[in-house]
Amino acid sequence: MAEGAIPILEMKNAGKTYSQNGRAIEALRGASLRVKKSEFVCLIGASGCGKSTLLRMAAGFEAATQGDVLMWGMPITGPGPSRGMVFQDYGLFPWLNVRDNIGFGPKSRGRTRAEIRETTDRFIELVGLQNFADIYPHQLSGGMKQRVAIARVLANDAEIVLMDEPFGALDAMTRERLQDELVEIWSRTGLTVIFVTHSIEEAIFLADRVVVMSPGPGRIDNEYSIDLPRPRDIASPEFNEWRRLLSSQLHSHHGRKAG
Amino acid sequence: MTTLASDSGDGAVAERKASGVATWWPRLRPLLLAAAFPAAMLAIWHFATIGRPGSLIPPPYEVWLELRDLAFGGINDDAYSKTLHIHLLASISRVYGGFALALIVALPLGMLIGRVPLIRQLLDPTIQILRPVPVTAWLPLAMIIFGLGPRSAFFLVFLGAFYPILVNTIFGVRSVEPRLFEAASMLGCSGSAQFFRVVLPAALPSIFTGTRLGLGFAWVVIVVGEMTGVQTGLGAIIMEARQLSRTEIVISGMIVIGAFGFLSDQLVMLIGRRLLAWSPSHG
Repeated sequence: MAEGAIPILEMKNAGKTYSQNGRAIEALRGASLRVKKSEFVCLIGASGCGKSTLLRMAAGFEAATQGDVLMWGMPITGPGPSRGMVFQDYGLFPWLNVRDNIGFGPKSRGRTRAEIRETTDRFIELVGLQNFADIYPHQLSGGMKQRVAIARVLANDAEIVLMDEPFGALDAMTRERLQDELVEIWSRTGLTVIFVTHSIEEAIFLADRVVVMSPGPGRIDNEYSIDLPRPRDIASPEFNEWRRLLSSQLHSHHGRKAG
Repeated sequence: MTTLASDSGDGAVAERKASGVATWWPRLRPLLLAAAFPAAMLAIWHFATIGRPGSLIPPPYEVWLELRDLAFGGINDDAYSKTLHIHLLASISRVYGGFALALIVALPLGMLIGRVPLIRQLLDPTIQILRPVPVTAWLPLAMIIFGLGPRSAFFLVFLGAFYPILVNTIFGVRSVEPRLFEAASMLGCSGSAQFFRVVLPAALPSIFTGTRLGLGFAWVVIVVGEMTGVQTGLGAIIMEARQLSRTEIVISGMIVIGAFGFLSDQLVMLIGRRLLAWSPSHG
């Protein structure tokens, strides 16, 4: 990471404690993370490790109860178009067709009809849904819904795309295809992606950097820069080495490893 | 990237051979089944009442004659001949008038109760207590407050349509998926803009259900509504005919109410299918 440059997203000792039925639940403790522009970061860890909490704090859906969450050095105070979220359950507007879902952001920001049309056309093509522009979400497959969700965020000029286990509900074939497409879009556009997953393979395939987290309370354990050349071959010995390393990292927590 | 994904799941619709029985039977079958039950009832009615002059229930054929006389005259030539259009128009105007007023009041009120906690706390308990009171129970009070005549009828129809619209509107605007608010706000739509771009469209299926139920209830309560001393209306002639023991007029009135209530519901369904094409349970 370049020293001195302001990171696009920075967490300084950030933590989150919920209050549930009068009991305090610590979801995340002391998370520090610097993400530079155009970086692809994967957060990985067992459930309860705070990876979704961290992502939702970056989105501005939840405020940190300790520490700071900054974008370009400025505190994040709430959700906004600069940080687009792709949810596992899609979160598409069921009453809008594919085109209008993608155009929702530009319309909210007061773009003209012609501009919206141009933008939506471009991103419908980017995710390959030209023949489905007038279709409503309930008529789409899971993979297509997630394409719409990605296009919707990109069409809104998001600088950071936050993805919360976006391919977790998809079948293996669709999942692999979308992973390929995501890497291609990312490498062409210079987006910054923060991607939550529980799949070691997915993390190694996608990420410049894998952040390993662990539960009880949720915290960041370790970071690994994946220096494999792209496109990555999941059958290569190097890939397998990473797989073994991260796997042992993750599983060591089940035995409550000290330190 | 620009190629179409194979996970699109657009399997080709299986083509069927268009030949003989296979094409018209599936269409005819539901119609025949739907007609079988009324036909059986009609037969039972006919054989149970025919040739019994003392019977208070007239056979179907007499009802049919009465219905024709009500509509076109020329059979009995009494006070009721050729008056159906007057009564029908009076009832329709009360049904749709009361229903329209219920819409105008219940939609905004339901949205306010659903979205503004202060108004919910202020009004919801009262409404929950008033709601189980049947429209019939309001009849005496309505006649005292609004007097004998069409204004009471109008009020009672309004009341019948009001609660289903209100309750479903409240439910609709309250049960918007929280995820959709997150999606809207991260796309730059926040504050009051969310009401029009998220809450309203998300609540539309519920609002539609309430509207449909409300219009149905408006037809149901029209007879009670016209027990308030009005001179015209399907409910009014049913009540009048009852006192004159003209059961064939009573049954004719019932048939007309049923038919127009059904048509009116079909119309609403047609509008709903247009409006809610996006909804898997309506489209």
